[in-house]
Amino acid sequence: MESFTTLTGVAAPMNKINVDTDMIIPKQFLKTIKRAGLGKHLFDEMRYDRAGNEIVDFVLNKPAYRTAQILVAGDNFGCGSSREHAPWALLDFGIRCVISTSFADIFYNNCFKNGILPIAVSKLELDKLMEYAERGSNATLTIDLENQTISGPDGSEAIFEIDAFKKHCLLNGLDDIGLTMEKQNKIESYEKNMKHSQPWLNTAE
Amino acid sequence: MSKPRTLFDKIWETHLVDVQEDGTCLLYIDRHLVHEVTSPQAFEGLKNAGRTVYRPEATLAVPDHNVPTTERGGYIENEESRIQVETLQKNCKDFGVPLYDVNDIRQGIVHIIGPEQGFTLPGTTIVCGDSHTATHGAFGAIAFGIGTSEVEHVLATQTLLQAPLKNMRITVDGGLPKGCTAKDLILALIKIIGTAGGTGCAIEYAGKAIRDLSMEGRMTVCNMTIEGGARCGIIAPDETTFEYVRGRPMSPKGAQWESAIRYWRTLPSDADAIYHKEVTLDIKDIVPQVTWGTSPEDVAPITGTVPNPSDFEDKLKQESVKESLHYMGLAAGMQISDIKIDKAFIGSCTNGRIEDIRAAADIAKGRTVVDSVTALVVPGSGLVKEQAEEEGLDKILLEAGFEWREPGCSMCLAMNDDKLQPGERCASTSNRNFKGRQGFNGRTHWVSPAMAAAAAVTGHLIDVRDL
Repeated sequence: MESFTTLTGVAAPMNKINVDTDMIIPKQFLKTIKRAGLGKHLFDEMRYDRAGNEIVDFVLNKPAYRTAQILVAGDNFGCGSSREHAPWALLDFGIRCVISTSFADIFYNNCFKNGILPIAVSKLELDKLMEYAERGSNATLTIDLENQTISGPDGSEAIFEIDAFKKHCLLNGLDDIGLTMEKQNKIESYEKNMKHSQPWLNTAE
Repeated sequence: MSKPRTLFDKIWETHLVDVQEDGTCLLYIDRHLVHEVTSPQAFEGLKNAGRTVYRPEATLAVPDHNVPTTERGGYIENEESRIQVETLQKNCKDFGVPLYDVNDIRQGIVHIIGPEQGFTLPGTTIVCGDSHTATHGAFGAIAFGIGTSEVEHVLATQTLLQAPLKNMRITVDGGLPKGCTAKDLILALIKIIGTAGGTGCAIEYAGKAIRDLSMEGRMTVCNMTIEGGARCGIIAPDETTFEYVRGRPMSPKGAQWESAIRYWRTLPSDADAIYHKEVTLDIKDIVPQVTWGTSPEDVAPITGTVPNPSDFEDKLKQESVKESLHYMGLAAGMQISDIKIDKAFIGSCTNGRIEDIRAAADIAKGRTVVDSVTALVVPGSGLVKEQAEEEGLDKILLEAGFEWREPGCSMCLAMNDDKLQPGERCASTSNRNFKGRQGFNGRTHWVSPAMAAAAAVTGHLIDVRDL
């Protein structure tokens, strides 16, 4: 996983609540057996008409936002399914950071496994950032994960909260399977105890 | 005296392998369900890193999302769907993971087969790369959906790194009125708490109305927990639970069954347990529920009307309602029962169990699906189908003009050929009403199985009590 330290990029405004996983990546693109290549289908049904032509009004089709790396969106972003295809599609498009007032739990976790930073801010803060993002190609934000800050184009700064362990993994691009495997002894001793206290759990198959 | 604990706390604490200084928990996973859509990249990750599946016997795989429901055992025409199913077959073989393949009578929707086989047990932790994993919480288990990276983590280590969830309790009092089911109960609840009402929480469902539900009904309630924003819904195990679990192929037997029951009886929340959030609802006065929009919280009683954007305070919600009504082709103020339908879908992990098929057949008996409507009944598993056929339900449904299909996820997410055409409107027992979910520009109205059958035989949404 690519680490996330600081990011300066164009922020695209998506002033919409409940952006769901079917909007982010519709189910017809879940038939892939690969992680890569989903960026062209990101927000497919909002981004293209039925003939496959770009819908000019859609934010990521506007010249100013075609290379956006940050998305500023309304409440409850990523609600719906567990599909990790949603963060894969965002990442493949080039989005490394999503800012909203709240995120659906599974989507939120999935972001961290893919080097994407989801940032939850207050409603007041979001309104301000949305206003920045609406400035087109001047809508540049700087995210500093180490210091947990978002800096706007006018030099203003907002601080955000983040779980310490998730931050650590993202800053260092850590593979958490590797980290867990180092705890093999603890897993084995847990299993030994459980075999004794709940022996019926070993009867499957 | 030790601190009073909730049902969730008890299971969570029992499954801790390690707790880091920052509070992150390494949670042991007892049961892992796998399907073809969210697993290929996880198995690929294992292969690339030279890792194995840590505990194949605690894992159970089944193809469900992509499988055709028209016939069994045939060649899957759609190439991408076929590749996904074949990839699951190959991965299961390579890694030694048990698989209920397409031709197996035990094949079905992943959240239906787990309980059916006794793979799902009280007091366990259960995960699957699917947000409707919350279904299994009906047994008094911690069950939640995970992403593909987490699927890989569980395959490799049988554990997950998780921050603890908060406890939320929803107490549902009263008895379910005539014509109402578990589906109406959960829709009424989602309307109250909203789509983000349970974010960050495990929701424990309690109260008389929940106690009175069958296991099928409890599964319907827990299934749609995610639509209220919580990853995990849970119900204390009781005699109804034990009766359902007893004698299933993988449930404990003999002396082990006795010790298991003794332990499961200790699981319900302590009387003084503290909840971060509490909601109570009396359902004695509810009527059958329907959705009119493209968000799970867009719920109205069948006796009501389509709302007006100005009925809502929040400006962004007003915008989204306006957009929803446009997409749904509905005018504010119209009677819900005047909404005409083109298709009816009875099935899915929410409503694809035997009780649901019975409810649909009960309405279908002696009636006929109107000419303009196509009505699909898709049993949740091969065993549900078999039982329904033993009871003669297939004949009743076929005679009434319903299609009787092979098991799978089908038109709930339309990854196979079962889908809505643009502009078509469906009375659906499924669990997601997002734009395009059942087919590009398709329009979804959630209802209970009886309500879906009633819509099929009348051609419009209708109060099942009026039939």
